Amino acid sequence: MSKEYLKEVLKKISICRNFELNVFNAVKKNNIKFPVYLSAGQESISASLATIIKKKKIKPLIFAQHRCHSTYLSFGGNIRKLIYELLGSKKGCAYGMGGSASIQSREINMFGHDGHMGTQAPIAVGACFQSKKPTIVFLGDASAEEDYVLASLGWASTKKLPILFIVEDNNLSILTEKKVRRNWDIHSVAKSFKMKAFNISDNPLEIKKKSKYFFREPILLNINTNRLFWHSGAGIDSDKTFDRYKSLRKIFGAQGNTIHNKAKEKIDILWKKMLERQ
Amino acid sequence: MEKNVRETIKEIIRRHLKLKQGKVFGQCLTAVGWVGGTLPEMYEKDGMVEVSMADVAGGGFAVGAALMNSRPIYVIRYQGFNWYNAPMIVNYACKSKEIWKKPCPVFVRSIAMEGGIGPVAGSSHHSLYYRMPGVKICSPMTPKEYKSIYKKFMREDDVFYVSEHRGSYNNKKELKNVLVKKPDIVLFAISITRFEAIKALNILIKQNIKISLHHILWIKPLKIESKFIKNLKESKYGGLILDDDYENGIAKSIANELNIKSGKPIYTLGLKEKSAGFYPTKDNLPPNKNEIIKKINKIINEKK
Repeated sequence: MSKEYLKEVLKKISICRNFELNVFNAVKKNNIKFPVYLSAGQESISASLATIIKKKKIKPLIFAQHRCHSTYLSFGGNIRKLIYELLGSKKGCAYGMGGSASIQSREINMFGHDGHMGTQAPIAVGACFQSKKPTIVFLGDASAEEDYVLASLGWASTKKLPILFIVEDNNLSILTEKKVRRNWDIHSVAKSFKMKAFNISDNPLEIKKKSKYFFREPILLNINTNRLFWHSGAGIDSDKTFDRYKSLRKIFGAQGNTIHNKAKEKIDILWKKMLERQ
Repeated sequence: MEKNVRETIKEIIRRHLKLKQGKVFGQCLTAVGWVGGTLPEMYEKDGMVEVSMADVAGGGFAVGAALMNSRPIYVIRYQGFNWYNAPMIVNYACKSKEIWKKPCPVFVRSIAMEGGIGPVAGSSHHSLYYRMPGVKICSPMTPKEYKSIYKKFMREDDVFYVSEHRGSYNNKKELKNVLVKKPDIVLFAISITRFEAIKALNILIKQNIKISLHHILWIKPLKIESKFIKNLKESKYGGLILDDDYENGIAKSIANELNIKSGKPIYTLGLKEKSAGFYPTKDNLPPNKNEIIKKINKIINEKK
């Protein structure tokens, strides 16, 4: 059962990773001419959540952060529309207005992000309060420091909303580490707001263990992860960064390589075709 | 019996909650005064939602509710509180239709008052929203005006910033424009200054000064009757904008627009360039009839 789940997660990550590698190259070659926020390294969070939630047959409202390509892709956002968006086309998922950070998808209930860190939290809470629909809000560890995020946790808890706060904690705000910025943890803060909250790794199995709490009440998961590339643009901060994708591929051996290669071929061809059409 | 502005707003809110299944968000709504008596005695089960006291987040809650097609009314008890409440309204709700083709209509009831309430809470702050795209700004001071802007909001899908003033709540009368041929000066009055402009006009007439008066309801997009532009062109000394916000805001923007349209000099009179203190002599109040008269006399004397 776990293996089947992990395989599904791996398939989703392989799509996201190969997509991001193509974006990386497109930025390098100047085919994309605005800031991009690559989610490579962090994909297992949205891939795990999308796999779990699909199994539960729930279609949540999704409020993503600026580093959101993997969220969009994992939950089934249209790949072509995202490529169009990154190329500035009107056919893009945000009609060429959203760039990398402000993408949306009506099909998967994913709402655009305005570019201010963490504003998605109060907006998601308001949407959840109004609709009472299951809602996921993705935050970074930096945006978790925004005062309106903290106020949102408090109000969501007070109103007992079916909302899931996911903090994709890569420990960095651009390159400033968490320990330089604060001496507290967001999961402890959430607990003080009388919410269930956990501090876990981005191992899909750990994420799955917490899924029994999803959408029954407000909960927060601070998920420790790693960003492989620069905060913005195409570059590498360190080649020693732990890569969850590699470790998952190892579990599956040759089958993992096959999943990767299949996704790579599909995504590479798509990018190549769409870049040629430009 | 004829309703005043207070009763009109209260009735609109009641209908919005009961008949339209809408929501009203805000802080301390169900407190003793029910926001100057403009809210019916209804509670969360009826759609009257008390948000937390975190101004920074409250605007976001209303925006989220608007994304769910609920057409929320968001009450900001003092316009100065917009400095913390506005960010998600102007940066998300106002832009949502343009960026994502997803309208996010919020009706912002932003309430002004002044007199002994210090440097933050007092007066109108509509200029704060004015520079941002995707927002419609109006300042109704009469029952009919309030009804018309609510109806418009329900028909359209934009964010409305409704710049109210507590000084208008007892008002039952409609305020009519005054058009005189070849005036000395044309007044364009916004918010609470409209009442003082009428008083000033009645005194100036007795001094044989010819004044036209245009009440500005719609600030953005700016709606000025074309016959008043013509009237402005015919005027001897130009126009004067009166506002309850600082002069370095909407007043000067409107002055520029009217100057371009008419070729006449347009002056401004609003809050002075200083912070408001609590003590009466230290306050910063909108122009009253005496200040308006003084300003007009100054303009005329300088040009003579």
